[in-house]
Amino acid sequence: MRTLRTVAFIFLAAGSLAASEIHPPAQATAGKAITIQTSGSGDATFYLIGPAIASKSKVQAGSDISVDSDELQQAGRYIAILCASDGCTSADFFVTPAAANRLSFLVHPSRVPVGTANGISAVAFVHDNFQNLVLKPEPVTFSIMPNNEKPVSATRPSQNGVAWVRLTSARKEGPTKLGASIGHADEIRVVEQVAADACNLRIKADREKKDFEIETDPVHDCAGNPVPDGTVVSFTESDSAGKTTVDVPIKRGIAKIDMPIDGRAKITVASGVVTGNELEVSGQ
Amino acid sequence: MKYMLPIVIGIITLVLIIISWVQSGGVARHEMAAANTPEQAVRLMLSEIQAHNFDAAYSRLADRDDVDKETFVREFSGSYGSLLTYASLQSFDVWGLHTSDQEATFRASLHYSTAVGQLDDVRDLKVQKVDNAWKVFWPVNNATKLPPQVIATNYLRWDVVNRGAGDEWGVQDVDSPQVRILSMNPIQRPDGLTLVGEVVNEDSVPAFINIGATLLDSHGNEIAQESSFDKIDHTLLPKQVSPYRIDFPDMRMERVKSVRMDAKALLVSASADPVIEVTQQKLETDPLGKKVLSGDLIDEGGQVVDIPHVIASYYDANGKVIWVSDGYVDQPLLPQVPVPFAVDVPPDIAKDVHSYHVTVNYYNRTS
Repeated sequence: MRTLRTVAFIFLAAGSLAASEIHPPAQATAGKAITIQTSGSGDATFYLIGPAIASKSKVQAGSDISVDSDELQQAGRYIAILCASDGCTSADFFVTPAAANRLSFLVHPSRVPVGTANGISAVAFVHDNFQNLVLKPEPVTFSIMPNNEKPVSATRPSQNGVAWVRLTSARKEGPTKLGASIGHADEIRVVEQVAADACNLRIKADREKKDFEIETDPVHDCAGNPVPDGTVVSFTESDSAGKTTVDVPIKRGIAKIDMPIDGRAKITVASGVVTGNELEVSGQ
Repeated sequence: MKYMLPIVIGIITLVLIIISWVQSGGVARHEMAAANTPEQAVRLMLSEIQAHNFDAAYSRLADRDDVDKETFVREFSGSYGSLLTYASLQSFDVWGLHTSDQEATFRASLHYSTAVGQLDDVRDLKVQKVDNAWKVFWPVNNATKLPPQVIATNYLRWDVVNRGAGDEWGVQDVDSPQVRILSMNPIQRPDGLTLVGEVVNEDSVPAFINIGATLLDSHGNEIAQESSFDKIDHTLLPKQVSPYRIDFPDMRMERVKSVRMDAKALLVSASADPVIEVTQQKLETDPLGKKVLSGDLIDEGGQVVDIPHVIASYYDANGKVIWVSDGYVDQPLLPQVPVPFAVDVPPDIAKDVHSYHVTVNYYNRTS
């Protein structure tokens, strides 16, 4: 509150008692020092108010005022005020972002089923070295670096500081690297391309002593990618003794379970919403 | 004459002692202790179990040669981290099924107070007259335990490393799992509105799932909000399906115009072990005349499961989920030892059940 009152007072004083003059450059670049010319004479006080700074220093009216690069790191509107014995004067100027040199790179999702059209979104926010969003169009180079394959890249101009691409996931499962680069910035993210739902889920049964060993064929998706270990396969067996169900995670590509079977039995298999074949077996 | 006063005082004192003994339940205690009837024998034994007086309860057994005391005590106080270790026998009901001069059969319904609510257990007890006193035969659990051995388990385990607090904005995090509500069916029950359905983890990583539902009236205003709480298998492995049930007590379907469903999924560390097989499933009528879905649970791995939780979904002829019921099992699952379970099915629902599916959730005591 006190600061606001001081600033308001300075503005009022600057408006009503304009005498000395201050001439900052119309535009400055973030992180670069500038010199502000002044007119008048005698001891004066210089105020600089910016998006993330408010400073005060003793200067000589009529001499040039140096503003350090540290004080101009945030892009935006700045107000320079000079208060001398004959009153206060002010002028504003704009600090624009420096050259694009950093990226915030968002890739979504981190896991995607294979062959998903436009399933991957890559968005790059373009910043300068001081985290100012660079609003003027800048070319951002996106690249895809699949495992054991040649990288592919494409350039997209940023709009209002943002550049993006949408990508279709590959037909083959595995991690793929997505990159975005500009200036000295080169960000990499990894997207795990995982097998889609199981396809042609099939089971077979073999007699094992008094039980039956039921196991799936190697479980693949429709593109031939192995469904990851840990994926649950549900076996259901119905015989005269009742019904048996068991959720078995895939291990080394197949799901396997021993089941006691009494008389004639029907065995079905499913994984998520995908159902497989049905077996009829005869136990003891 | 000089002895008259002491005699009178002595008689009065004796009468007062008898009155106070009778008033304090001495007659009943005597009758119980004597176990002159088979029902008294059962009631006395259960009363002593209720009072944690296991030695006295054990002394009431007729088959002490077959049942060792530790096994008998474990039947009521639980073992490993089972639900009974967090429970106490609150009350019981006893009624006769068959009585003769020398033996009788009684049915006892035991009501435990547990950490997850009331748990009921029904036992049929044979009672026999031994040396003019009635004694109880406690049913012996003959399930053979797996002999000591090493069971190699190499199922997958997923661990999650999340983005750190100090990481710069834009640094990639791991996404929450993709889950999908497969079905939702509102059912009007006498005590309220119930939503039942199924949810699947479509992702390749484990998910911790909770289903919430908001009921909206014809103006789009929220009238009630509930979640599935424990009527769901919260931790779903990839492509695993769980039934869920959300109860809205005292709610009428006529008040509801639409339902907003919300499936929340979190990425969690999980293990694909243990695998629990559900065998001998059948819909039947239990000794109390209730419709139940019963079966056996078998832990296929080598790890003890402390508190199994059975969740069953029931389907009509069109494959629509028409009910979801659940129940906790009071015994732990020891490796490859079948443990029976039974979950209730409302009789009006049971007649429409065409098929059913049982999933098993579990809770283990963390060491």
